[in-house]
Amino acid sequence: MDWIKRFRIDTFVFPLIGIGLCVLIWYCISGREISSTVKDDFGDMVTVTKRVGLSEDLPTPAETWAASKPYVIKPFEKRGELDQGMLRFTWLSLKLVAQGYFIALLLGTPIGFCLGLSKTFTKIFDPIIQILRPVSPLAWLPLGMVLFLSAKFTVHIPFAENVTYTASELAAIFTIAICSMWPTVLNTAVGVRAIPQDYINVARVLKLSRSKTLFKVLVPATLPYMFTGFRLSLGIAWLVIVAAEMLTGRPGIGGFLWQQYNALSYAHIILCILTIGIIGYALDRLMSMVEARFKTI
Amino acid sequence: MPFLQLKNVNKGFGPRDKRTNVLRDINLEIAQGEFVAIVGYSGAGKTTLISLIAGLLQADSGTVKLKDVPITEPGPDRGVVFQNYSLLPWLTVFENIYLAVDQIFPNWVKEKKRAHTEKYIAMVNLTPARDKKPGELSGGMRQRVSVARALAAEPQILLLDEPLGALDALTRATLQDEIVRIWEQEKRTVVLITNDVDEGILLADRIIPLSAGPGATLGPSVAVDIPRPRDRKAINHDPRYKEIRRKVIGYLLGEGGKPKLVISRKLVLPDLIPEDLNVARPPMFARRAPKRRAEEKRETIELG
Repeated sequence: MDWIKRFRIDTFVFPLIGIGLCVLIWYCISGREISSTVKDDFGDMVTVTKRVGLSEDLPTPAETWAASKPYVIKPFEKRGELDQGMLRFTWLSLKLVAQGYFIALLLGTPIGFCLGLSKTFTKIFDPIIQILRPVSPLAWLPLGMVLFLSAKFTVHIPFAENVTYTASELAAIFTIAICSMWPTVLNTAVGVRAIPQDYINVARVLKLSRSKTLFKVLVPATLPYMFTGFRLSLGIAWLVIVAAEMLTGRPGIGGFLWQQYNALSYAHIILCILTIGIIGYALDRLMSMVEARFKTI
Repeated sequence: MPFLQLKNVNKGFGPRDKRTNVLRDINLEIAQGEFVAIVGYSGAGKTTLISLIAGLLQADSGTVKLKDVPITEPGPDRGVVFQNYSLLPWLTVFENIYLAVDQIFPNWVKEKKRAHTEKYIAMVNLTPARDKKPGELSGGMRQRVSVARALAAEPQILLLDEPLGALDALTRATLQDEIVRIWEQEKRTVVLITNDVDEGILLADRIIPLSAGPGATLGPSVAVDIPRPRDRKAINHDPRYKEIRRKVIGYLLGEGGKPKLVISRKLVLPDLIPEDLNVARPPMFARRAPKRRAEEKRETIELG
C-alpha cells in the first residue's frame, strides 16, 4: 500500500503543487477591477471601474477561464473564420505542421545520410547548412511569401475534394519544412558516422550490395539517432507554426493568438499559450514513445 | 602449391612521412585443411594480419594469395569471426545467419536457405535461442552465433580473430572443444589468432609466434604433433606439449620479444619544507604553511 501512496504523490500531487504555485504568482501580478463612486465634473455621482495591479491589463486566472470557456467547452465549434473552438484551431495548425514536417523528414534524412557517408559532400554542403541553420522562422517566412507569390497549387486527390494551396499556406509549409529540417539532418549524419566499423566489415565480408548495405545495415544502425532528430524536428515545427500563422494571418492557433492580441482580448492569449504548450508536450511524448519503439541498439 | 600464401608482406599505418610499420616480412604458407594458430602479443598486429587475409586491408608490398589468386577485396570464400562478434543487434540469431546465407546462395529456394541456417544454428547448439536478439545472449553464445554465421557461408578458409578473448575461462574451454568438433566435422582450413599459447597448442596443427611490434614478423613455425583428440587435462603432462610451449614462449620472450625501451626524462619533484610547528601560530592572514621548492631530477629507466 505504501508504494501506491508514494506513486500518487509523485505523479499527481507534486506537479499540481508546481501548477498551483504558478497560478498563484499569476494571480498576484494580474490586475483586478475596482469600482468606486466618484463625483464627476457635473457634480453627479458615477461608478467608475478601473483595473489595478502589478500588471493591470493581465487578466486574473478566473477572468481567463470565464473568457476561454466557450472555446474550451465547445472545442469543435466554428463561429467564424477566426472564431473557432480550440481543438478546431489545433487541428488546422497540426495539418499545416504535418505537411511541413513530412517534407522536412523526406528531405532531411537523405541529406543526413549523404553528409554522414561522404566527406566530400560534407565539405561542400556543411558550411551552407551551418549558415542556414540558425536563421529564424520569422526571416524565412517573407522569403517563402516571395517564392510562392504567384504560385497556386491544386492537388487532385482521388475520391475527395481537391485541395488548393494558397501562397500564404505554401509559405508557411516552406518555413516549417526548412526550419525543422536541421535536427534531422544533423542527427542522421552523426548517426551514420557513429556506425561501428564492425557492422560495415560484416557488410564487406558478405559482399552485400549497396542497397542491401543501406537498408540492412546502415539504416537500422542509424535509426535511434534518426528518431532523436525526428523528435527535435517535430518540436521545432510546432514552434514555427505560431510565427508562420501570425505573419500570414491564417486561421489556426497562432493566427487566433495574434488576432486576439490585436483585439485587446488578453485572456485568449493565455488560453492560446497554454494550448500550444500542451499540444507541444503531447507531441513530444508521442514521439518519444515512437522513438522507444524503434530502438534497435 | 600452398592453399593460402603470404609472401614478403609489409603493412604500415599513418601518413607517408611518419608511417609506423606494423607488419614486416610476413611469409606464411598454409595447406588445405590445416588448422594454424598464430600467437602473439596484444597490439602486435594480429588483427591487421587477419584483415589482410580477409581482404579488409591491402598490403603495402608483397602478395597475399588464396589458391594462387591474389586477394584484393573481402569475399565470402573467407569467413571471418571477429574479435567482438560483430552481430547486427537489430536482427535475431536466425536473421543474422540467414542474412549471410541469403547473400551467398541467392539461387537456392527459400526452404533450402532456411534449412541451411537451421543446420548451422544446431551445430553451435543455439536452437533454443534462435529467435533471440544478440543483446539477450551471453558473450559465449554471441561468439557461437558469429562462428555459425561464418561457417554457414561455407567458406574455403575460416579466419578466427581472437574469438575467445573476451570470454571467461570456463566458457572458453567449452567453446574450444566446440571449435575442434566443428573443425573435425567440416574439415575446413582454419587460421586462429590468439594471445593464449595453450589455446593454440590445444587446437592447432601448427603454431606460429608473431613477434612484438612495431614491425612484427612471424617466428619459426612449430608443428603440434600431439595426436587428437587432445585431452585438456592430460595434455599438460605430455612432454611434447611442454617442448612446444617452451619453444613458442622462448621465441616470444627472447628473439621475438619486445625491444628494450629506454625512457629518459626530466622530472620536477615536489620538494617541500615542512611547516614549522615550533613557531607560534602567527596572527590572522600571515602564513605558516609548508614552503615549496622545485627540484629537478633526470632519470633514465630501461624497460625490459
